[in-house]
Amino acid sequence: MAHATTTVQDQETKLIEELGYDDHFHEHEHGDKYKSNFITKYIFSQDHKIIARQFLITGIIWAIIGAAMSVIFRLQLGFPDESLAWLQPLLGKWIEIDAATGVGKLSQEFYYALVTMHGTIIVFFVLTAGLSGTFSNLLIPFQIGARDMASPFLNMLSYWFFFLAGVVMFFSLFLSTGPFAGGWVAYPPLSALPQASDGSGAGMTLWLISLTLFVVSVGLGGINYITTVLNLRTKGMNMWRMPLTVWAFFITAIIALLSFPVLVSGFLLLMFDRGLGTSFYLNEIFIGGQALDHIGGSPILYQHLFWFLGHPEVYIIILPAMGLVSEVLSTHCRKPIFGYKAMVYSILAIAFLSFIVWAHHMFMAGVNPFISNFFVIFTLIIAVPSAVKVFNWISTMYKANIRYNSASLFAIGFVSMFISGGLTGIFLGNSAIDIQMHDTYFVVAHFHIVMGVAAFFGMFAGIYHWFPKMYGRFMNETLGRIHFWGTLIGAYAIFWPMHYLGMAGVPRRYYRFDSFEYLRPFEDMNQFITIAAIITFGLQILFVVNFFYSIWKGKKMTTKNPWGATTIEWTTPIEPIHGNWPGKLPAVQRWPYDYGKDGREFIPQIEPIGPNETEVH
Amino acid sequence: MASEAAVLEQTHEQDEHLWEGGKSPFKASYGKLMMWYFLVSDAFTFAGFLIAYGALRFSSETWPLADFVFEKIPFFSHTKAPLVFVTFMTFVLIASSVTMVRAVQEGHRENKNGAVKWLVLTMVGGLIFLSSQAWEWTTLIAKEGVTIHTNPFSRHIDEGTYLSAADLEGMGFTKVEKNVHGTPATYFLPAGAADIEENRYFVKVDHFGNSFAGKEFKAGDSYLITINHDTHMYEPGAYKSASGAVLKEAFGPRAFGALFFFITGFHGFHVFSGVCFLTIVAINTASGIYLRRRNGHEMVEKIGLYWHFVDLVWVFVFLVFYLL
Repeated sequence: MAHATTTVQDQETKLIEELGYDDHFHEHEHGDKYKSNFITKYIFSQDHKIIARQFLITGIIWAIIGAAMSVIFRLQLGFPDESLAWLQPLLGKWIEIDAATGVGKLSQEFYYALVTMHGTIIVFFVLTAGLSGTFSNLLIPFQIGARDMASPFLNMLSYWFFFLAGVVMFFSLFLSTGPFAGGWVAYPPLSALPQASDGSGAGMTLWLISLTLFVVSVGLGGINYITTVLNLRTKGMNMWRMPLTVWAFFITAIIALLSFPVLVSGFLLLMFDRGLGTSFYLNEIFIGGQALDHIGGSPILYQHLFWFLGHPEVYIIILPAMGLVSEVLSTHCRKPIFGYKAMVYSILAIAFLSFIVWAHHMFMAGVNPFISNFFVIFTLIIAVPSAVKVFNWISTMYKANIRYNSASLFAIGFVSMFISGGLTGIFLGNSAIDIQMHDTYFVVAHFHIVMGVAAFFGMFAGIYHWFPKMYGRFMNETLGRIHFWGTLIGAYAIFWPMHYLGMAGVPRRYYRFDSFEYLRPFEDMNQFITIAAIITFGLQILFVVNFFYSIWKGKKMTTKNPWGATTIEWTTPIEPIHGNWPGKLPAVQRWPYDYGKDGREFIPQIEPIGPNETEVH
Repeated sequence: MASEAAVLEQTHEQDEHLWEGGKSPFKASYGKLMMWYFLVSDAFTFAGFLIAYGALRFSSETWPLADFVFEKIPFFSHTKAPLVFVTFMTFVLIASSVTMVRAVQEGHRENKNGAVKWLVLTMVGGLIFLSSQAWEWTTLIAKEGVTIHTNPFSRHIDEGTYLSAADLEGMGFTKVEKNVHGTPATYFLPAGAADIEENRYFVKVDHFGNSFAGKEFKAGDSYLITINHDTHMYEPGAYKSASGAVLKEAFGPRAFGALFFFITGFHGFHVFSGVCFLTIVAINTASGIYLRRRNGHEMVEKIGLYWHFVDLVWVFVFLVFYLL
């Protein structure tokens, strides 16, 4: 076995040497600007592999913070009468202790702050930067055969702007008035009037600064990803030979580059309303019984500008996960991905449609019903390319000899989550049903399953699959499987009951429900959800332990290509080097999904098409 | 050296394989592509603003007439010259695009001094534009009293006649004369009304002291509520409407001032950044470092893309604020 592997690796090295493309990289660049000490190698690194790890680890830290917040507000929702005094050492004055009884309560203001921060952190810091930042950086240069990103310097800046955005948001948690508490969408007037609530003052100011820095990070990353994919593909890597991961990152970057700037427009107008007293979003408003001097603005305008980003944003989150899942599924099913071109076209269709459906978030905000019709139709049309992708994943798995491991299990879990959450999306996309469903737990269940849990599953699949490429070691498989099964069951246990709550009319964002007679029957269900959430959170801690333990103590990678994958990142040395390939760049000869062809388990992308090889794939 | 025909043939051959990897499908360096994508995203930011402008403008009942608002020119304060000054600004900005093109051309020819000359001319164009904008803003803010909170420009929604002091007193208004900021001010209050801003009616005079009393106007006619620079008071003129009621001029939609300063300011910030970049690029060109670089004067080309973009955006800003 060991002997056979060596031969395969020798053969690959030979292929790169014979057919590869010599760009004289190491003669030109070696030891030049990459002379490395600790600071330039691990902190201000310009190497895409290090930057990917920086994004990932920062994302993991934010995920822990964001998830811990959800556990705290779930405790409030599940057990509104229990004392939370034990949380006082952590939350300080946000736990209000009744002097007479000694019962500690989560402050209502802080409850909203927690909900707001949970959304902001998970959507932007974890599932945008942590997911697309990590894997675009890691896989784009690796899989298209590039030495690095087009501009390693801007790439480094992209990470550090993200880091700064995180620092500012983190500081806002410690303000005496608390972080912003008006919901992650930051609708005016709560976000536009500093006196509207505690968090609307300094908290909102820091929130805006943080997210503006974040948009800079996304922009710098985005132009880099697009340019790299266009300009730095190695010889033979035409667009139809790119793995679906790269397609997904490429299109994601385009969406991000077109939608985030509009969010900036909205934010700048909001900053003027806050700081200079303009009335872009404010009109005839009373606060504390006093009429304010604002007239002529429209809060709906903000919602349009926000959701013009907001809706593409959910595809910015889910497309990279889809790309990762396609790649992981095909590799571990040992079968070509079913309908490669259909997959690409559906990514393109989703990307296009994502820009013309934004107002389905605003059906109940006073948008003209005739305009709603337009948005309903295009929203429902998105189901078509999404279904194409789902059927293709299922067809890829059909009759496949699937290798079940943590990576492939999470990929399959993703498909399950995406179906469950996608179906409820068809309900919510209808403006008539939305009258009943809007702002209930049905919506919470829908988007958590389809873009929260599903995107996390895609991310986990990616981490388990490419961990060896990142750290040269494997993650612990047993812990990985416990993590998968626990999270799969746990996530459904949390979010499935929420559909029933929502259909029964339980509104989201409420601090407690026991003063409403019609909501009393759901107390048990809320307790169940909270317990499930705590257990599921514990399982994520297991993942974090596994992750950091495996970086230093995991099983070492002994061969270059442990999964038997066709793509070219697995032809790089186990010990990562600057420039990725030691000698020539590999030249790509075929598409990336030649699994189980002509009796061979897999044929790497660098192997030329043989004279007697079957045409079709 | 290969003959020209051979080179052409080779280029043609490469064209067929542009997307095959190992080369740039758009035959552009990564830096130039990045500039293009940055500009596309910046265009979306401006589009966001202009859409906000449209949304707020078309939800307002009235909107000031651009021909009336922008009719001042420097040095000739009595002359009414609608849109003449902004036409001059626009011409200078567009002309600076022409000089930019020449700078890029000289860059391609590796002519260092030529490139510097045209870059400096472009900077001069940008600076003239910025100074003109400064004058325009100053006139609006300091002379006419437009701010992001207040807009004294509007249009009448009905017809009527401006009233004189005698008319107002004849209708039972009380004349009030008092010192504000050390300057005597005169206004009229309806019988028994408290002396608060909402109740003050003025006899309309323009900034040069010409009285409007007795002057008739029709629906749709433009007006400017005069600001008295000594008292810092806006002086809404009293008029008799067609129905016979005594009314006073209402302030125009507030969004006008806020949007104008916000959007032209954001554009002006782009021009200002552009002038800064041009300065850096001109210094670098003059130092000759581009002559030694592999990609030559590409930096001039990249700043050129940015400059043309800023000009193009101005065309849209000009369209919505001045022409529509």
